[in-house]
Amino acid sequence: MTYIANTDEQRKEMLKRCGVSSVEKFFAVIPASLQPKSFSIPQGRSELEVHSFFKKLANQNYYNLISFLGGGYYDHFIPSAVDAIVERSEFYTAYTPYQPELSQGTLQAMYEYQTHICRLTDMEVANASLYDGGTALYEAFQMAIALTGRRKVVVDGGVSPIYRKMIYSYATNLSVDFRETVVIHGQTDRERLFNLIDDSTAAVITQNPNFFGAIDDHSDIVQRCHDNGALALQSVNPIACAILKTPGDMGFDIVTGEGQPLGIPLSFGGPYLGFMAVRKKLVRKMPGRIVGRTVDTKNKEGFVLTLQAREQHIRREKATSNICTNQALCALRAHVYLSLLGTDGLREVAQLCLDKAEYAKERLKAIPGIEVIDSPPTFNEFSVRLPMDAGECVGQMIEKGFAAGFPLGRYYSGMEDFLLVAVTEKRTKYEIGQFAEALEDVVCR
Amino acid sequence: MIPDNCKYTETHEWIKIEGTLAAVGVTDHAQDALGDITFVELPRPGTIVKKGQACALVESVKAVSDIYAPISGEIAEINRSLEDAPEKINEDPHGNGWILKLKDFDEHELSGLMEAEAYKEFLESEE
Amino acid sequence: MPVIFEKSVPGRRGVRLPESDVPVSSRIDARYARSTELDLCELSELDVVRHFTDLSRKNYGVDTNFYPLGSCTMKYNPKVCEDIARLDGFSLLHPLLPQLRRGGLLTQGALAVVYELEQLLCEITGMDAFTLQPLAGAHGELTGIMLVAAYQKHKKNKKSEILIPDEAHGTNPSSVATAGYSVRVVPTNRETGSIDLSALESVMGEQTAALMLTNPNTLGIFISDIEKISALAKAYDCLMYYDGANLNAVLGRFRPGDALFDIVHVNLHKTFGTPHGGGGPGSGPVGVKQHLAKFLPISRVIKRDDNTYALNYNYPDSIGYVAPFYGNFAVCLKAYAYILSLGAEGLRRVSANAVLNANYILHSLKKDYHTPYPDGCMHEFVLSARNQTKKGVRAVDIAKALIDEGFHPPTIYFPLIVKEALMIEPTETENKETLDSFIEAMIRIAKKAETCPEELHAAPLSTPVGRLNETKAAKDMDLCY
Repeated sequence: MTYIANTDEQRKEMLKRCGVSSVEKFFAVIPASLQPKSFSIPQGRSELEVHSFFKKLANQNYYNLISFLGGGYYDHFIPSAVDAIVERSEFYTAYTPYQPELSQGTLQAMYEYQTHICRLTDMEVANASLYDGGTALYEAFQMAIALTGRRKVVVDGGVSPIYRKMIYSYATNLSVDFRETVVIHGQTDRERLFNLIDDSTAAVITQNPNFFGAIDDHSDIVQRCHDNGALALQSVNPIACAILKTPGDMGFDIVTGEGQPLGIPLSFGGPYLGFMAVRKKLVRKMPGRIVGRTVDTKNKEGFVLTLQAREQHIRREKATSNICTNQALCALRAHVYLSLLGTDGLREVAQLCLDKAEYAKERLKAIPGIEVIDSPPTFNEFSVRLPMDAGECVGQMIEKGFAAGFPLGRYYSGMEDFLLVAVTEKRTKYEIGQFAEALEDVVCR
Repeated sequence: MIPDNCKYTETHEWIKIEGTLAAVGVTDHAQDALGDITFVELPRPGTIVKKGQACALVESVKAVSDIYAPISGEIAEINRSLEDAPEKINEDPHGNGWILKLKDFDEHELSGLMEAEAYKEFLESEE
Repeated sequence: MPVIFEKSVPGRRGVRLPESDVPVSSRIDARYARSTELDLCELSELDVVRHFTDLSRKNYGVDTNFYPLGSCTMKYNPKVCEDIARLDGFSLLHPLLPQLRRGGLLTQGALAVVYELEQLLCEITGMDAFTLQPLAGAHGELTGIMLVAAYQKHKKNKKSEILIPDEAHGTNPSSVATAGYSVRVVPTNRETGSIDLSALESVMGEQTAALMLTNPNTLGIFISDIEKISALAKAYDCLMYYDGANLNAVLGRFRPGDALFDIVHVNLHKTFGTPHGGGGPGSGPVGVKQHLAKFLPISRVIKRDDNTYALNYNYPDSIGYVAPFYGNFAVCLKAYAYILSLGAEGLRRVSANAVLNANYILHSLKKDYHTPYPDGCMHEFVLSARNQTKKGVRAVDIAKALIDEGFHPPTIYFPLIVKEALMIEPTETENKETLDSFIEAMIRIAKKAETCPEELHAAPLSTPVGRLNETKAAKDMDLCY
């Protein structure tokens, strides 16, 4: 199955215009010694066969487990209108809006998305997306290093270990001095953290809720940063921002996070959505595309990519980042999701997650041998201590039809008996009850 | 326009001696190539710069250009009015569009720069 | 058209959620609760749907009409690929599942996609191992350079520089700088349109970590002395990096692995037909030769003797993680479906038709437009508006006039080494009638440049907005409503 329209007849005419007798002549520039040594790709298939093939593969995946699995990526409800809107091919078959007159749809949508992110986080300026929450965090501390001229970056232990692995990988060849703090009883160890903040610190990175689901007010950390001329960075859950104290309110300079909870399917790891918002005074150092509002020659309002001179296609090796293609369609999904839910709807989602997580805690507390970590307060995710290896427990729960949570021992040594349990608005009271019963069965057997 | 009372660099800066100070800006050619200038990043007064060192930044819609110090010296004054009105560089690159002034500079370093006629020829050769 | 926030009506509700069914009603402690107002929007579902429908009608995609954006390969995105990515078995799958005990067994279909696509990409490019982790082409470039650094460090080589030709895409030097190396630019021989060999020889040395090349390059010229260049690089233990952005020109006819490239990246959203999404998501998988395989990011998918797939983290020399999981999986899935649909013959037909279509336009326009390399091209070529600038008409004017003719303009002002450049890449999925239509429009514009250039300066007139004041946008910085 190919998607080529031209017939042999038409190709003959075209070759005549080019003054060659066959298409092969165009490839004569390729030396004979460089003809492919092999090209054993299977023969092409029809659409029906391809669809069948992938249907079979899809059916080999167990996507129907009742999920209490989080770790920064959540099973949230996605309204049908999100897909319906985003599937309009004028949105998804377009590219970057380099010709603004033809792309007011994408540009206005991105301007509105930027606005949504700012309002959620109480920040002043947002970009039009980065790849994901982890690379966004990397871009954020690179900004801080460029702005302060310092090289020390302090990372709280509650920041997602997935993100931490990524940023350390990226920084391998850069002389960044990373310092990590640990989390004590779920919250940031202030004493240890404050000891690390001094006038050689470029940035301090925290996360709210942190990887353990714990919520906090980091205003004091921000103050400490600013007292020392360092920048304060926070990675957040966008749904939590509806009911938690915002990073903007706490005084953070740069905010990043993972936008997957906003109408983006889990899709086995991607594509996801990195969002970033900053204080206006930092905008010139912010990576990624930015859309601005302006007027045309007849004073009609319109939208354009702006501050492009910072980007790779102009600034090249001095660019704020190498990013070119970003995650525009995912940003559109997030924006549509937020528009459909609205202020009250998003608050409701957040409240439901909180209430159901609290209910789950109640049910699990009743199980002998299980210790629910109830303090500090949490949002949609919390840890429980099991009387057995959490990994083994999860394995047995899979057989009972549940993705019970994430064994924290995978990332935090000494916590092999801790399980991270996430609850979203999709979990019903019945499912939570079934989950508790199954867990009791596994743990008390 | 290429005034005679200035000297020029290959990176399109001009420098003019004004008593104990040396005023620096970008040439008419540079502002034309850059297009509408939207932002200027000025150095802090007191900064010591070496000849050829990037000491300021000029941003337009389609480019960002470093301004290189034509000679070594200390930043004595900066044109703060450019912060609100960067378009002065486009309108009057040799007058109100001056960017910074150096003091305590080495006069000998001026001899390595181009006179107006030489800069004119340099521009023609770049075409 | 008003922004969505202007359409908000207090009290209006969109999507509803179920009532809470749990007997718990929690409050967040005041210390941690949001104290600022949450002010998103309040609209009905119809309000929202109409708003975005209206926006979509102000947009232009490949499905609308011809989109000859050079260097982007705006080919048709097959709908079957979209359907496949939406299957529940893929879209509902949590990425942490295979990291749980017995979790690998739950995701065999997904792991198969990752593994088998990597194998296909190896065969297409002539490389030995691939990673699907990089989330876009530029990200692939960064990953590739991190691999260069790992290799050079492993060999205890003191390398500081990476060589890039002057016609390279901006992501090349910016990726190099992001990875901590310095960039040295190598000029292109203007006669041949290919990298200047003697200039390359003079800058290649012990300090050179890698040479980044696109082949064919951004001028649409195939670099024929690639073997000579590889040999030169090898002498200094300089790695050869292939930027696969232009792979569409040579599918089935040239494999960078055969030409002794050590590292390649491919752009799935270009060559392999996944949609551009208005600016992403893309995917930039990276392939390497065996001597670099141990540095690839983890986790990697392996196929066991019993034909089941599993995640393997046991690669002590790996550069670590460049993505949270396995890459932009849904994008990879579409590319896999695309490759299986086309097959070997189909892929060869892609390059044949892509190159024919580009040459057809080139030979049809070279009378009216200055073409730096008029003899022929690969899948894209560069025109210059040099003849038209004599009448005060620039590349941007030609582009805006094309919009009024119903076409998306080509890439303008790139590559940097051609003045007033227009870079045209038709791709193989365009039919002859479309190409003829485009050619006629370009010739009309060339004539207008002669007779009535003011008309071109006023373009576009047929769009919802005319030319926008970018200076005002940059100065006012209205970036948030």
